[in-house]
Amino acid sequence: MKLKKNLALSDSGFVFDPSTGDSFSTNPIGLEIIRMLKEGKNANDIKNHVTKTYMTDDASFEKDYYDFVNMLTKHNLVEGGEKEKN
Amino acid sequence: MVKKKKINIAVTGLNAIDSPGPGVPVIRALRDSKLFDVRIIGLSYESLEPGIYMHDIVDKTYQIPLPSAGKATLMERLKYINSIEKLDVIIPNFDAELFNFIKLADTLKKELKINVFLPTLEQFEERHKSNLPEFGKKHKIKIPHSKLIFNIKEIPSLRNEFTYPVVVKGKFYDASIAYSPEQVATYFNKISAKWGLPVIIQEFLHGQEVNVTAIGDGKGNTIGAVPMRKQYITDKGKAWSGISIDDKNLMNMTRKLIKSTKWRGGMELEIIKTSEGDYYLIEINPRFPAWVYLAVGCGQNHPEALVRLALGQKVEPFKKYDIGKLFVRYSWDMIVELDEFEKISTLGEL
Repeated sequence: MKLKKNLALSDSGFVFDPSTGDSFSTNPIGLEIIRMLKEGKNANDIKNHVTKTYMTDDASFEKDYYDFVNMLTKHNLVEGGEKEKN
Repeated sequence: MVKKKKINIAVTGLNAIDSPGPGVPVIRALRDSKLFDVRIIGLSYESLEPGIYMHDIVDKTYQIPLPSAGKATLMERLKYINSIEKLDVIIPNFDAELFNFIKLADTLKKELKINVFLPTLEQFEERHKSNLPEFGKKHKIKIPHSKLIFNIKEIPSLRNEFTYPVVVKGKFYDASIAYSPEQVATYFNKISAKWGLPVIIQEFLHGQEVNVTAIGDGKGNTIGAVPMRKQYITDKGKAWSGISIDDKNLMNMTRKLIKSTKWRGGMELEIIKTSEGDYYLIEINPRFPAWVYLAVGCGQNHPEALVRLALGQKVEPFKKYDIGKLFVRYSWDMIVELDEFEKISTLGEL
């Protein structure tokens, strides 16, 4: 899964999608995951990083991660959600 | 430092009720100009248009006759105003007055040396709401399926062409969403009584409303365009807050439309972007919108560019604009002395 390239992220967790004007707030772990996705890291890379850095197990991570990714997709923050037209 | 050129510009649209006029934002843009030192002459239709009393925005205001009085009456009034103010440019900002100003454009230039930069009569007419489906076909732009109806008896058969809800629109203004034939009948009566016939029935599209403020040079070039997503919408459907966005499809659509129509002057495109990512044009306003100052905030001073075009100067297209800039509208109660209200009401000047 690839996030939109032009998403703007701030250190406070404010996420701005310049193509739609939508903005969102995320917590620090959400921001960390979005940054890793923007860098092109896959689910496995992210899982390794999170489970090493924080006190969580694989099963809990996967459940929360896929919930989060679904939310990103739902909010149209994923590349390929919109095609260039005209 | 470049010495600013002194220039007298008359501007209409000083009103600011729940559907605010573009006059005050256009003037703010002109006052921000790095090229012109402007004296602003307000042209008003009513005594309670707030711009009349904003003395740091408008230098002097004159009442002008309502568009229904016709172009000869307007010309007489403009002759009088020009004899005092020596106008260089007029920027009309109401759809309803444009017909008269377009018709007078050549005379204003020849007799009074006043410049305007307006759409041609053909451009103005073909983008009317009632002509929009034809306009879409001609310029290969998607328009929601629409039908003009002239009689209440046509309502039951709408079921054959539309799925409810539908949008019921007046030919100049007003739009309501109807969920049943009975509601269509109610809106038909209300809208036709106010705006006349036909009434437009339009397919209701689910999606996000995005608008573009733009200016064309009349030769097919887009001089400037800034797209905006409405963020806060009033009961009248007007943006009370909006944000500039980076939408390449929308920009392509705008450039294509301006190229194809050779649009001359300011304009606003109202577009619905569906969840499938399709763009449907729902309206073209043949003048700047009330939110045009956002374009200035984003680095494109469209009213200044319009004045330059009106003066016959060559204007290079803007190449970029700031993305993610917001406008947040505010209403402000001014305290006005009775003698000012009296002057504009009785003498027609302030």
